[in-house]
Amino acid sequence: MPGDSININNKAVAQNTFDAIVIGSGISGGWSAKELCEAGLKTLMLERGRDVVHLKDYPTATKNPWDFQHRGKLPLSVLKENPIVDRCYAFNDTSAHFFVKDKEHPYIQEKPFDWIRGYQVGGKSLLWARQTQRWSKYDFEGPGRDGYAVEWPFTYQELAPWYSHVELFAGISGNKDGVETLPDGEFLDPWQMNCVEKEMQQKIMRGFNNRYVVQGRCAHLTTPKPIHIQQGRNPCQARSLCERGCPFGGYFSSNSSTIPWAMKTGHLTLRPDSVVHSIIFDDKKDKVTGVRVVDANTKQMTEYYAKIIFVNAACLNSNLILLNSTSNRFPNGLGNDNGLLGKYVCFHNYRGTVTASYDGPADKYYYGRRPTQPMMPNFRNVYKQETDFLRGYMVHFSATRGGHAEMASGQPEIGSEFKEAMTEPGDWGIFAMMQGETIPKETNQVRLSKDEKDAWGMPQLITSVGYDDNDEKLLKDFLSETSTTLDKAGCKDINQHDSKQAPGLDIHEMGGCRMGKDPKTSLLNKWNQFHHCKNVFVTDGASMTSTSTQNPSLTFMALSARAANFAVGELKKGNI
Amino acid sequence: MNRREALSSVALLLGGTIIGAEAFLSGCKTGESKLGTSLNLTPNDISFLDEVGETILPTTASSPGAKATKIGDFMKTIVNDCYEDKDQQIFLAGMQKLDDASKAKNGKSFMESNDQQRHDLLVDLDKEQKDYTSKKQPADPNHYFRMMKELTLWGYFTSEIGATKALRYIAVPGHYDGCVPYKKGDKAWAT
Repeated sequence: MPGDSININNKAVAQNTFDAIVIGSGISGGWSAKELCEAGLKTLMLERGRDVVHLKDYPTATKNPWDFQHRGKLPLSVLKENPIVDRCYAFNDTSAHFFVKDKEHPYIQEKPFDWIRGYQVGGKSLLWARQTQRWSKYDFEGPGRDGYAVEWPFTYQELAPWYSHVELFAGISGNKDGVETLPDGEFLDPWQMNCVEKEMQQKIMRGFNNRYVVQGRCAHLTTPKPIHIQQGRNPCQARSLCERGCPFGGYFSSNSSTIPWAMKTGHLTLRPDSVVHSIIFDDKKDKVTGVRVVDANTKQMTEYYAKIIFVNAACLNSNLILLNSTSNRFPNGLGNDNGLLGKYVCFHNYRGTVTASYDGPADKYYYGRRPTQPMMPNFRNVYKQETDFLRGYMVHFSATRGGHAEMASGQPEIGSEFKEAMTEPGDWGIFAMMQGETIPKETNQVRLSKDEKDAWGMPQLITSVGYDDNDEKLLKDFLSETSTTLDKAGCKDINQHDSKQAPGLDIHEMGGCRMGKDPKTSLLNKWNQFHHCKNVFVTDGASMTSTSTQNPSLTFMALSARAANFAVGELKKGNI
Repeated sequence: MNRREALSSVALLLGGTIIGAEAFLSGCKTGESKLGTSLNLTPNDISFLDEVGETILPTTASSPGAKATKIGDFMKTIVNDCYEDKDQQIFLAGMQKLDDASKAKNGKSFMESNDQQRHDLLVDLDKEQKDYTSKKQPADPNHYFRMMKELTLWGYFTSEIGATKALRYIAVPGHYDGCVPYKKGDKAWAT
């Protein structure tokens, strides 16, 4: 009878209806879901990849180097099939199962762009480098002051409480340094600098009045607090095998922290293998009502419904989904009245590195494997424009002893004496790398292919993102200034390198759906909410207005938590 | 038709492998089978590589040498799975080259040589590969002995013996200390 089918249909709709849907389970999606669930919202988290359960699904986590047939190296056949992801420093025999393989998820590069992805529950939060600085007020004020992008729609002061909120829960180690270009946060005990790094710190800070050396801040539990114990996490064991997943929960990931926490509320439904096709805009209701999901295995399409949607698919995939979400109201992609969706994509310039030697103490060594290193916050163009390029760069550096002792020249490097020398630590060496700000430009963009689709019927993404003259100048400045800094710090044999690596390999892609004050020049308002589609929020890298010189993940977390709490308030007020 | 092709024709006719194929390939001179004739390295090849590795990193008072870590098997695995075709061929041909160099220098095969003779030969070959590599252009072929030496160092120091006996390996350090005393002779960390 007709009535029955309507009932069945209603039942199916009811089963697929939630208060909130979060697209993506990575670092930002985990935070969105945690906050929404804690506020009592029945939340569906959609993840395109397979499930990865903390502790259970880390197959390589406790293996020794000799347990791997190729000792960490991947067979040539795998590398040849995966030239893109192979360029990622963390892709190897111990971690390859957490990376997207090139052939499985093709995209079209108009300019070289190494798109590194992790399609599984937890996303790249399993794989990230875990450095977690707050951005400073100079980072947020930069675009407005120097006129190179739209102004950020909020201030550092407005975001600061949310930085505290996520730091306390995630567990961030760091030292309170009192440096205004790198604001202090809610820190667990810092990791130590080694003796050479301490010497260098003193020499650099004595030698320059605006160059600071501080220990890196990172999402590792040095001295866990009760809130971390409640998450079932333990102190970081200084193994430095993080990209395999941590059996101690020593570093923050969605898998070890936000997802199980959200699960405990009883409000979270996690659906892996769910490729979000598009967001449903109902022209009659004049708002978004849900999402269309392609089952990764059966390829069947299902609709899920909710009052609010959080888009956390990771920067470029969030852009892809939004561009693919067309309707009569939004024929060019969701919320895209100004045609800027997919544009102003930016990233971090990682091309430059500097190596050097240091005449450090032969009678000092270190113990354990540290998950961070000292950093020098940006000192270029901080208070005013003072160079022929815009913005600046953060420098990460570390001192380590070489893998083997030096042998006297001419001594044979075969046999017993050679072997003994190879088993002792060598001289001290320095490695420094840049993290340069890039300038968002309309021409650096992504868009959808009209012809090419992936195996799930999604249009392939076209990336058109490249370096510009500002990036080249900034790179040169990093190389020369870092050489000067290291020289002042007492280093010798200073060598500069330009990897010429393509954008994307930094894995810090940002923008495409940027925040701003003016709906004419931005997609999202100060709450990561679409100007023109109020019940959809984008809180991952896609929402970023500029890149700063800092690692971005902590800011994604803070923005997600802030936006989720705002959304809950708006729901309660009946505004969305 | 060369010997290898002839052999495979015979094998096809007979529908399988041929007894004594190695001797046939090497010209039927017993006890002098050619080294590294195929990627499917023979037990002889593996023993040979074990001894090359052992000569580079020998057993010492403090730790076993490369042979104890089955370095020949490791080289076989990596050359088969991780090397480009052209490097595989250089490596295979290099085994015989090394043996020929042994005959030229010491008047006998590498396996028949004593430890000192083996050592002196590899010191020469190491010098040869270093001179070659320092002048090598990126497109030039790699030197076979550099491969053998690299594989020996890599395989040995990532083996259980190399990491735990020749070096210090701590799977779970538990914490980080930025400044600990070091005295000459203390082993480096394996990871």
